[in-house]
Amino acid sequence: MDNKPATRVGQMIDRIDGKVFLVVSFLLGLLVWQLVSMTKAGAVFAGPVDTFDAFIQEAKSGRLLEHIYASLFRVLGGFALALVIAIPVAFLMGWYRVCRMLVEPWIQFLRTIPPIAYIPLVIVAQGVGESAKITVIFVASFLVMVVSIYQGVRNVDVTLIKASRVLGAKDRDIFFHVIIPASFPFILVALRLGLSAALTTLIAAELTGAQVGLGQMIQEASLYFRMEIVILGIVMIGIIGFLLDKLLLFLERRLAGWQEVRSV
Amino acid sequence: MAGSAQRIVTLGQANQGQSEPEHAKVEIDAIRKVFQTSRGEVVALHDTSLTIANNEFICVVGPSGCGKTTLLNILAGLDAPTSGEVRIDGTSIHGPSSERGVVFQQYALFPWLTVRQNVEFGLKLKSIGKGERRSIAEKYIESVGLKDFANAFPKELSGGMKQRVAIARAYAVNPQLLLLDEPFGALDAQTRTQLQVELLNTWEQEQKTCFFITHDVEEAVLLASRVVVMSARPGRIKAIVPIDLKHPRTQETRMSKPFNDLKNDIWSLVYQEYLDAKK
Ligand SMILES: Nc1ncnc2c1ncn2[C@@H]1O[C@H](COP(=O)(O)OP(=O)(O)OP(=O)(O)O)[C@@H](O)[C@H]1O
Ligand SMILES: [Mg+2]
Repeated sequence: MDNKPATRVGQMIDRIDGKVFLVVSFLLGLLVWQLVSMTKAGAVFAGPVDTFDAFIQEAKSGRLLEHIYASLFRVLGGFALALVIAIPVAFLMGWYRVCRMLVEPWIQFLRTIPPIAYIPLVIVAQGVGESAKITVIFVASFLVMVVSIYQGVRNVDVTLIKASRVLGAKDRDIFFHVIIPASFPFILVALRLGLSAALTTLIAAELTGAQVGLGQMIQEASLYFRMEIVILGIVMIGIIGFLLDKLLLFLERRLAGWQEVRSV
Repeated sequence: MAGSAQRIVTLGQANQGQSEPEHAKVEIDAIRKVFQTSRGEVVALHDTSLTIANNEFICVVGPSGCGKTTLLNILAGLDAPTSGEVRIDGTSIHGPSSERGVVFQQYALFPWLTVRQNVEFGLKLKSIGKGERRSIAEKYIESVGLKDFANAFPKELSGGMKQRVAIARAYAVNPQLLLLDEPFGALDAQTRTQLQVELLNTWEQEQKTCFFITHDVEEAVLLASRVVVMSARPGRIKAIVPIDLKHPRTQETRMSKPFNDLKNDIWSLVYQEYLDAKK
């Protein structure tokens, strides 16, 4: 519990529902945004009203949905592919020394390279189509997830492994009944990290060339100085990231509620 | 002190007969354990031998770092000795088995399983059918007084309750030998006393051979058929003290003179080792 002020006002504030604060905080944010757009910065910084108009316009024409769909498809495609491959690779690395010794140095090395650095390489190799974008997103989120899941596998409490052995568990049982459930919270953390990496990379990939997508929408609008559309794009990306993260948090609460210390 | 010298059977005498158990359950035969570390070799156990009779309750006391846990790990099959061997019913052991249950100091419950699922873990591995599994688990959960918590997760339990679950889980697979590594070390005095009495009751009912490590001399005297005192590192057995207090042992036993004499004798042996360890 946080330290509660003992004053009357403090107690009143404590009684207010958290949702109320959420609304207040949101309105304050809008207000700041509005104020900023009314200053000199407003030339670049379109205000909430203009942005909302742009939203209605783009949504009506169906273009916005098209952009969102294209971007989501790439993110989720690259991310899902990365997850499906990261889980077995991470478990193999955690479980077999040989695998760990051979693979880990490469992963640690590649992980330090920002994905933006190899976007040109991928585009030259695969063109500007969908596969190039999915490849870049895949690589970025794979590297983040494999490291995080692998750490989870390595961090499984050895006493739990010992406890299962003396109850008669063989290697196979330990893998399925101890290692996997014990690293489950790390898998969920990996999902969140991987998703955020996928989003970051998506925009970078789309900015360098795409027919459609939120990144492309921002890029094109900036050429024509349509700042309200640029900001609309940024806000949409934020909302998508926020919602996906909330979804994963919800999953975590549902599936890993047994955890002693919550990683939230 | 003359009296105590008589009661205490030192290692030299222990090997000569009279206190040698007739039906040896566990034979620890010249165990030596050396750990290779970055700072060189650490001799954790040096030429340790001990014979444990069927249904005996052995308590092991000794200064920190003298190799008690190392010995327990070897008995459990979780660790292999550098030389020497452990035989159970005359057969030497290789690797862990559900015949030798362990209760760890840190509880070691599976946090993603409920109390019932924890207790059923070993039974499931033995492919025991659902109905039977359920009834065995129920029996032991009830015997440790956690019937109302069968569906709780470990994080919802107190330390004492967690250790009760760990004990129930160990008993459920019906091991011949029960190894306990300072199981009550992290508990408050009251809970500790309660669990000691419960463990003694269970031991009297189930008749299992127990190997119990503790820092608490009083606990050792209350529980043990024999107390093994280990010397400072490199660990070896310094003395074996038979505890011939009658069962059932109760709070009154703790008040009695023989109990306190034994406690003092063992305490001075341990204290001597503690001083040596500091040197
Ligand atoms: N895996 C290991 N690697 C290296 N040294 C070890 C290892 N395990 C134990 N040791 C060393 O062996 C000695 C005995 O350790 P052990 O854990 O058996 O002591 P203990 O009697 O159980 O102590 P405590 O009462 O504090 O639990 C110690 O000096 C310890 O540092
Ligand atoms: Mg120990």
